[in-house]
Amino acid sequence: MQSDVTSFASLAPAYPELLMAVGAVVVLLLALFWKNVRPGVIAVVAIVLLLATLAVLVLQPASGVLFNGIVIVDGFARYMKALVLGAAAATVMISLSNSKEHGIDKFEYSVLVLLATLGMMIMVSANDLMSLYIGLELQSLALYVVAAMKREDPRAAEAGIKYFVLGALSSGMLLYGASLVYGFTGTTQLDQIVAAITLETRSIGLIFGMVFLLAGIAFKISAVPFHMWTPDVYEGAPTPVTAFFAAAPKVAAMALFIRVTTVSFGPITKDWQQIVIFLSIASMVLASFAAIGQDNLKRLLAYSSIGHVGFALVGLSAGTAVGVEGVAVYMAIYVAMTVGIFACVLALRTEDGRPVETITALAGLAQRKPFVAAIIAILMFSLIGLPPLAGFFAKWQVFLAAVEQNLFVLAVIGVLASAVSAFYYLRIIKVMYFDEPVAKFAAVPGELTAVMAGVGFLIVTYFFTVARPLTDAAHAAAGSLF
Amino acid sequence: MNELLSNYLPILIFVGLAAVIGLALMIAPFVIAYKKPDPEKVSAFEAGFDAFDDARMKFDVRFYLVSILFIVFDLEVALLFPWAVAFREVGWFGFWSVMIFLGVLTIGFIYEWKKGALEWD
Amino acid sequence: MTLPLFFFYVFSVITVASALMVIAARNPVHSVLFLILAFVNSAGLFMLAGAEFLALILIVVYVGAVAVLFLFVTMMLDVDFASLRQGMLQYAPVGVVVGVILLLELLLVGGSFVLPTGVEATAMVPIEQGVQNTKAIGQLLYTRYVFLFQGAAGILLVAMIGAIVLTLRHKSNVKRQDVFRQTGRKRSEGVELVKVKSGQGL
Repeated sequence: MQSDVTSFASLAPAYPELLMAVGAVVVLLLALFWKNVRPGVIAVVAIVLLLATLAVLVLQPASGVLFNGIVIVDGFARYMKALVLGAAAATVMISLSNSKEHGIDKFEYSVLVLLATLGMMIMVSANDLMSLYIGLELQSLALYVVAAMKREDPRAAEAGIKYFVLGALSSGMLLYGASLVYGFTGTTQLDQIVAAITLETRSIGLIFGMVFLLAGIAFKISAVPFHMWTPDVYEGAPTPVTAFFAAAPKVAAMALFIRVTTVSFGPITKDWQQIVIFLSIASMVLASFAAIGQDNLKRLLAYSSIGHVGFALVGLSAGTAVGVEGVAVYMAIYVAMTVGIFACVLALRTEDGRPVETITALAGLAQRKPFVAAIIAILMFSLIGLPPLAGFFAKWQVFLAAVEQNLFVLAVIGVLASAVSAFYYLRIIKVMYFDEPVAKFAAVPGELTAVMAGVGFLIVTYFFTVARPLTDAAHAAAGSLF
Repeated sequence: MNELLSNYLPILIFVGLAAVIGLALMIAPFVIAYKKPDPEKVSAFEAGFDAFDDARMKFDVRFYLVSILFIVFDLEVALLFPWAVAFREVGWFGFWSVMIFLGVLTIGFIYEWKKGALEWD
Repeated sequence: MTLPLFFFYVFSVITVASALMVIAARNPVHSVLFLILAFVNSAGLFMLAGAEFLALILIVVYVGAVAVLFLFVTMMLDVDFASLRQGMLQYAPVGVVVGVILLLELLLVGGSFVLPTGVEATAMVPIEQGVQNTKAIGQLLYTRYVFLFQGAAGILLVAMIGAIVLTLRHKSNVKRQDVFRQTGRKRSEGVELVKVKSGQGL
């Protein structure tokens, strides 16, 4: 039973993970032994590490199956990992200027984010039910802690507990499903499960196993009906943490969802397609209606992210390479929009330094802070999916994939849900531009302005700048799965 | 399989014996003891005066930290048992893989130490 | 009825019964004790399945450590458990419905359990006869599954950091020992000779 790791060079495809793991531990030691270092400095080091890992990932195009088939590095994994790393780096960056008031100005925050990112990378590269679970737990455990990090705040503690209890429940379902799948196919390796499944021999047990497995992952992407934790956790957790939750883990869990369905359960596509279509419709519709009554910005963004997961799943419902390509593009644009909108939320502070978290408090923002208001407006239009902004192309691609597979009803429901969601996005714009100003706002830190400007630029000029390379990368990524 | 299980027969007999003795000691008083309770007799006795408080005190949260840290190292040791048994077979590769594992946990230990989590106050 | 089968039923009946008592017991400490009983009997079931290492690890880790942790937690909370149970009857019907559905599903799965033909031949790691359980795990865990092993190290590290971040509170103004500083103290740091002028005092 020898390992197939014979030399350091044979680990080449896993260099990003190695760098990340070693780096996280080094950052921990650095923080411990560097006398009187401020947590902000450690956070900067963490950003550098995340970007360095991203660079290694991009510059090192080795791919292959490692560790006796437990880990797979293919185009899809590399694409999704790049997204995860970018999202993590961006969310740590937007937390730099305000970590103190959100109670996360501890160096452990950076270390836990790094370890969570490592877990996400393992999830994305998982080719075995066991490595899938290890990655998922590494990620989730770090996130539970981060959610409750502002421990003197009861809301944060509540968010942490809720996230933990429901996360543990979902892990249990996932494990139960995994054990059933293993029992009925005789293997835990994702690309060998497929060999054991044929349309004729699919058994009830296998279907049950798959459903439990997918339910466990659906918790992590917070698709309806497994979304109950999302609004409470997003509202209770410190805002920079919420930004991280909304961006990076969603991408990783979505990658896992795609890999498990398309690679392992390819022969029974018809069976999982029903589940995905149901999750998709339920998420889109429920999020559109539930968000209407919200006044808390973070709760609203939680419902918005639930809805966007629903839209992304429209692409997966098609069950084709085009659909997966659509999801890949969608997740990239979703991450950019999420980072942008949270940068705006973090930038908004009243003069006495309290964060602005309700929509009514945004009244008259356009007069006081025209730049921030303009970026929020652009992001809202993009989240609705109006052309020529990036959000439109994201939705267009997933709907196109669904229509190609004759899923007309799904596409129509998606478009209608978009229209309903426009209502609450537009309400924010109306409050910002047409209501009388009430509060005065503090100055916006420089790096938040930079992030907002960057995201705004990319979203407006999407079609002319990034559309081509992004779609090509997503195309290559999806191609490596089919 | 049965060979494996028969190895554990002594434990089974032991558990059975323990159960019988334990149950006997619990049930016997119910059956044979003389009982005549009255309120004064069954109330809690606290040095002659009325009890101040419930007997179930709140535990300090610091015990929790101690036991969590204990569990982590308990698991670490649990993962080392198979290494001891299969030491020859896994060779140097296994040796270094265990060393890395221990290294990561040692760094965790250094973290605990530096944070003062091993001190009571 | 063979002896292992008999013990299988003994262990599983006690496991299910004590699991039921975990949620039905009034006193939370009793719940934890029933949980321990469930752990021990599950260990017996593992043993019957031939997984002796897992069985004993279950006793060492779960009974020895996790259950003690649970006891700490239940004793740490100053919660009036009677009032917590107020809403229970209200939610019980929903819980029962979900439970019954799950049970039916499980029965359906259990009833239809057939191993596909030839699964044993495709097993990743065939079980060798005559190799001890613990040794068989050892042969795989550190080599073939080295990635998972190191992943477990990462999870344990996160657990340590998380526990400390969330629960460590140092009281301020507590005098602590600093052994190195204390033993490394020189005479010049501790003793000061003061010239006292006669007749004036300090």
